[in-house]
Formats: sequence, structure tokens, C-alpha cells
Amino acid sequence: MAVVQKLAEAIEANLHDGDTVAMEGFTHLIPFASGHEIIRQKRKGLTLIRMTPDLIYDQLIGMGAAVKMVFSWGGNPGVGSLHRFRDAYENGWPNKIEIEEHSHAAMANAYDAGAAGLPFAMFKGYRGAELPRVNPNIKEIKCPFTGELLSAVPAVKLDVAFIHAQKADRDGNVLLEGIVGVQKEAVLAAKRSVVTVEEIVDDFGPRSPNAVILPHWTVTSIVKVPGGAHPSYAHGYYTRDNAFYKQWDTIARDRESFSAWIDEHVMRKGPDAFAAFAKRAV
Amino acid sequence: MSANYSPSEMMTIAAARALKNDDVCFVGIGAPSAACNLARLTHAQDIVLIYESGTIDTKPNVLPLSIGDGELCETALFTVSVPEMFRYWLQGGRITTGFLGGAQIDKFANLNTTVVGSYEKPKVRLPGGGGAPEIATSCGQIFITMNHSKRAFVEKLDFITSLGHGKGGDDRKKYGVTTAGPTKVITDLCVLEPDPKTKEMMVASLHPGVTREQVIEATGWAIKFFDKIAEMPPPTDKELKVLRELHARTKAAHGEAA
Repeated sequence: MAVVQKLAEAIEANLHDGDTVAMEGFTHLIPFASGHEIIRQKRKGLTLIRMTPDLIYDQLIGMGAAVKMVFSWGGNPGVGSLHRFRDAYENGWPNKIEIEEHSHAAMANAYDAGAAGLPFAMFKGYRGAELPRVNPNIKEIKCPFTGELLSAVPAVKLDVAFIHAQKADRDGNVLLEGIVGVQKEAVLAAKRSVVTVEEIVDDFGPRSPNAVILPHWTVTSIVKVPGGAHPSYAHGYYTRDNAFYKQWDTIARDRESFSAWIDEHVMRKGPDAFAAFAKRAV
Repeated sequence: MSANYSPSEMMTIAAARALKNDDVCFVGIGAPSAACNLARLTHAQDIVLIYESGTIDTKPNVLPLSIGDGELCETALFTVSVPEMFRYWLQGGRITTGFLGGAQIDKFANLNTTVVGSYEKPKVRLPGGGGAPEIATSCGQIFITMNHSKRAFVEKLDFITSLGHGKGGDDRKKYGVTTAGPTKVITDLCVLEPDPKTKEMMVASLHPGVTREQVIEATGWAIKFFDKIAEMPPPTDKELKVLRELHARTKAAHGEAA
């Protein structure tokens, strides 16, 4: 049964050192406010799972929160590298980080399997590709009916899923719209979930009968953080801050400018700072 | 008419021309996205563009910076979840043409977007494969666009992120793959197509003003040429105008970084 909480309380209650977590959002609705609160609470030893790690994991890794990253595309989309991730992986700053690398199809299937309560996912994948050589979690399985060889990867199983959504209602049901990525699967594959939302409404109002809704009995904690997906975006509220994604390349390139940015924009701020970005789309 | 366009514009325009009106196209970010949208805004108005974020039949007015920009969703016929995208639409065999790029390519159009150097101790850790490993095998055919240089067109890949023609011949079949694989590599100098038998990528046409020597010089293996080499017609005024307007709209929409 979802409870409405302050962000600091939600992270405190749900996330522990050493947890396996996903902060999902395929370019859209990335839960940056939760990521920043995790940095402020100085969580350590996390295994971070995410298809497209992007800036949110660059920030967490740069602050030493992670020991492992499971991913399928680790870059700043359209811009270049994740410099903090690379510094950790290549130079061990601020700590060494292990990686487990997959393809998008593998991870999408693995989330789906996690939500479906399966132990593993299977799909036509990695054919002629080299990742199976370096990732022991990619195996082959034979179809018992046709003999066709398929790829198998373990299901995603999470201690905590973090997502950002447009709306929750008073009962704690959550509505997502637009590019919905693997967020529904992530929440359903997790023991606990923290959902930040743009607004909490009395009623969702007119909607498609096929709307993407996570019912309150699948969500642990709801926090209202308007603008909480910035610099990514919230469909119907505000657009992606592409200029910031480009600026991040400079900010994250060296350790000093990164640390200074985190200090100013994360450590000295709280979730309310995101409100400045919470414009409703016109 | 000569030199009023850049090699990179020629590359995008040549790639756009390769697309047909009835294609269902899986689009990557960057050069592929520009080419696919140029095709849609010129000769292939009914082309179906699909981005891996789940947006199907999208008609963006500006080019997305990332694969999941709001513009893609707002202009799409519909948007599905990412598992549905990879399972039903890609793996299900609904895509005719996939568009890929990479950091390195070899003579059989296998691609590397994972690491330069060894996997365990990379010289450069690249973003990784993303959707490429399954795009490369599930789409009917693959087009690749890349800038032509010795650093990118290499004798041996540091890592095989996605399958092209493998070791050549019918090597794809060995992996249970029945799709055609890379049928065109479009660069800023030329277009490569596979030899029908060996599947080695060979020069099929040169862009206007480009010499064979330039292509040989920019390729890390001993590149071969088909007996008959066509010359790519230069960009038309319309192609250039539409492409430049698309880039100008995109620049304005994304805001220029400091």
C-alpha cells in the first residue's frame, strides 16, 4: 500500500547500502530527484541497473555510491561519454566499479521476466556478437519444441525500483504517459518502489482504458517532486533540457568541476530545487 | 555547382536516397536519424520511422538529440513500451531496414561500438551496443553510415558488438540468422556494397569528385572496387535545402551549449 512521504524519508526507509536498484526511464521521466537524494544520504555499495545509464548514474558513480553497473548503453545520448563512469571504470576514481554489459533487447526482456516472476528471459539475441564471450550471464538455451538456439539472461530482480511519473492520485495509484520505457516492469520486478511524481491529483480524469497505471498496491512510496525528472523531461509538463545534457560533458570531464557541481547543485540543495524546472507544457 | 555542399551532407543525402517509400525503418541517433528524416521529407514521404524508445511511425519536425526525445513521442502514430518494441516489432521481424553506425567497421561490415583496445582493459570505453546486436540480425537488411577514415575502417575489430557478414560468405546462417545483413555502407566518400558471394564490402559508387586513391587511403584494409563504379549524383538543390532547414530547426530547438 503506497504511502505519501517526503523524499528524504522515502530514501531513508527503502534504500540500504548494498542494495540492487534500478532508476529507470528511457530518456523520459528519469528520476533525478531520487538520485540526488541518494547522493545526499551517501549510500554506498549499490548495484545500479539501467538500460541507458545516462547522467543520473554518472553522478552516483562519481560520488562513490556504486560498486557495479548493469547496463546496455552507457553514454550521454547524442553528446558522448559518461566521464565519471569512465573514470571509475578505467582509473578506479573514486572507487573501482564492476560492469555487467548486455544489449537493449536482453535487458528489456530481463525486466519483463522479472515482472513476470520468471527466473530468466529468453530471446533471439547476441547472434554472432561478442558480449557472450565476456559476460558469463549470457547463456544459450535450446527450444524444446524446435531445437532453435536462443539467448538466455537472468531476470532483473530488484531491491528497489525508482521511477518518476506524471501523476499519482489520492489513493496512491500512479499514471505514466509518453515514452514509458521499462518503468512498469522495473516496479513489478522490485521488492520496494519509490515513485516521484509531478503532481498528486484527486482523480486522473479522462484517460484511455489502456493507460499505463501502477496500482497503489504495487508501489511502496510516493513523493511529490515537481520537476523531479530534470534535466530529462516529463511529457505534458516540461521538455528535455538538451542544453544541459551538452553542458554536462564539460562539467563531468574533470573531477574538480564535477565535485564543485555536485556540491552546489546536490549537497547544498533539496528536492524543492527541482520546482524551478516544473513548467507545465504550453 | 561543385563544392557548395560538405562531404557530410553528401553522406546523409546518399543514405537518404537508399531508403524507399515502403520501408519500415529502425532508426539510430545521429547520421542515421538525419538520413531517415531527410528521406521522409523528400522522396519517401510514407516511410515508417521507428526509434527504439518505442515510438512508431514518428514524424519529428526537428532531429532528436537522444533516442527518446519528446518530439518523437508527440509526432508518433503510437508509442509502446521498450520490451514490446524489442519483442514484437524488432524480434518479430516487422522491420525492413535497420540503420546503424559505429566506431569501427571491418570489411564484412561487422561493427564495434563497445571498446577500443581490449574489453577488460580498454583504451577507450565506448557507450556499448544498445540495440545494435539484435537490430543487426532481426531487421530485413542493414544500412550503415560512418565517416570514412583509417581509424574507423579497420582490418580487425577490437570487439564485435554486432554481426555484419561475420567471416564472409554465408557465415550469418551459421548463427541461425536468415536476414540479409549489411547491404550498404554509406560514407562521406563512397557507398560500399557486399560482393554477392564473398560478402566483402566493396566500393559500388564514389561521391562526386572523390578519387579511388582517397578511398584506398582512408581504408584500413586493401579495399576492392566493383568492375563498374557508378558516380553518386551530387545533392539536388531541394535535398540540400530540406537537409539544411532540418539542421537549422534542430539547432534552434536544442539551444547551443556554452
